[in-house]
Amino acid sequence: MGSRTPLYDQHVAAGAKMVDFGGWDMPLHYGSQMDEHHQVRREAGMFDVSHMTVVDVVGTEAKAYLQYLLANDVGRLSVAGKALYSGMLNEQGGVIDDLIVYLTAGGYRVVVNAATRENDLRWMEKQAEEFAVTLTERADLAMLAVQGPQARHLTAGVVSDSRAAMINDLKPFQGLAEGDWFIARTGYTGEDGLEIILPAEQAGAFWDALLHAGCKPCGLGARDTLRLEAGMNLYGSDMDESVSPLAANMGWTIAWEPAERDFIGRKVLEAQREAGDQPKLVGLVLSERAVLRGHQKVVVEGVGEGEITSGSFSPTLGLSIALARVPRATGDKAKVEIRGKLLDVRVIKPSFVRNGNKVFD
Amino acid sequence: MSNIPADLRYASSHEWSRQEADGTITVGITDHAQDLLGDVVFVELPEVGRSVSAGEECAVVESVKAASDIYAPISGEVVAVNGALSDAPELVNGEPYEGAWFFKIKPSDSSELDKLMDADAYGASI
Repeated sequence: MGSRTPLYDQHVAAGAKMVDFGGWDMPLHYGSQMDEHHQVRREAGMFDVSHMTVVDVVGTEAKAYLQYLLANDVGRLSVAGKALYSGMLNEQGGVIDDLIVYLTAGGYRVVVNAATRENDLRWMEKQAEEFAVTLTERADLAMLAVQGPQARHLTAGVVSDSRAAMINDLKPFQGLAEGDWFIARTGYTGEDGLEIILPAEQAGAFWDALLHAGCKPCGLGARDTLRLEAGMNLYGSDMDESVSPLAANMGWTIAWEPAERDFIGRKVLEAQREAGDQPKLVGLVLSERAVLRGHQKVVVEGVGEGEITSGSFSPTLGLSIALARVPRATGDKAKVEIRGKLLDVRVIKPSFVRNGNKVFD
Repeated sequence: MSNIPADLRYASSHEWSRQEADGTITVGITDHAQDLLGDVVFVELPEVGRSVSAGEECAVVESVKAASDIYAPISGEVVAVNGALSDAPELVNGEPYEGAWFFKIKPSDSSELDKLMDADAYGASI
């Protein structure tokens, strides 16, 4: 038996098909992954993401520590509530994990992936030895993502007036504390919505209130197709410790300036940028009746070969899409090998759907 | 619990077979198989007229989750395929034993049907 989140009983009651995910018993779907996907694009759905790891970072050198630990620069977070997406790199410039860090009143709150928890915590503790910081894992908290065009409206209807007012005022990528809750306008679906971190013992009642208000539970299956359509990376599939952020469409998360800021992996990334030799992560679109899947071979005529890192059927677009790592010189066409046949695919920037709409021509 | 109709025969690779009055065998995939696959998005069917041997790959089901080969449960000639699955692959999830049949085989040796499992044996195997 795997670890259970505070919402395990809610999942079972909602008819979830439970699967193992990084040692956690998590809902894959509650009947139809496709219906849940559409629910989020059209109205609102909720996801239990309590398996994710929340770490609070406090201390006089918390800022200096995170500026050294992360490729993005927490110095850019000017006011409490701002959030930053970043890679945490090793000395070779490979991605140990991707994470979100929020500037809070007392320090920083970092949210990392569940499957990488132990490795992340070990690395973060090791790097913390040189700094006056304290890391506290918050296993006492639960986390819910409410996503979709109606997500904020629905959520505001089931919380206190002060929290509702805060939800109405939150700007995209902003997160604020209210009492013992932390509410952020972030997500992993390409839709408007919230991620809410709250005491574990309050999670069940909050879930039930959202359910009663018409918010449908959604599982990991829909979470994956939604994030893929949004062109968001999945750690372990689209990047890992052997992959540079420059080869994972994460170049925008590297804060090169100020040049004197030393962060782990910086020297290797600078050399890679200078050499211009890293492959790139692109989007693929297949119009034939087949489905692109991870690890299928991508052939780029006259250029070389690459590989699909994540692929699936796109419920919103009704055809198959993928993220693939290909040679930097790849243009707008490629072929993918599926069951022995080479099928033509379009190569686009890795973003397919935003706010319910197709975002490529 | 999966639905396993008593009047059908079953392969360990989760195809069901039904003997029709005209001697042909209708083939589809079981309720258990569609449940494992999840939402089906494409079905690739064999050509009508193709000769198949028992155990030969002859169709592919693509769900959101995975691609899965479908095997001919019995040897013979493919005499019909279910074109409705091209437009409505979700039938495989909704009515695996009725609207979502895959193909019909004119068997070269109908005694092969006896080698397939009955409902009890299939039910015990899953």
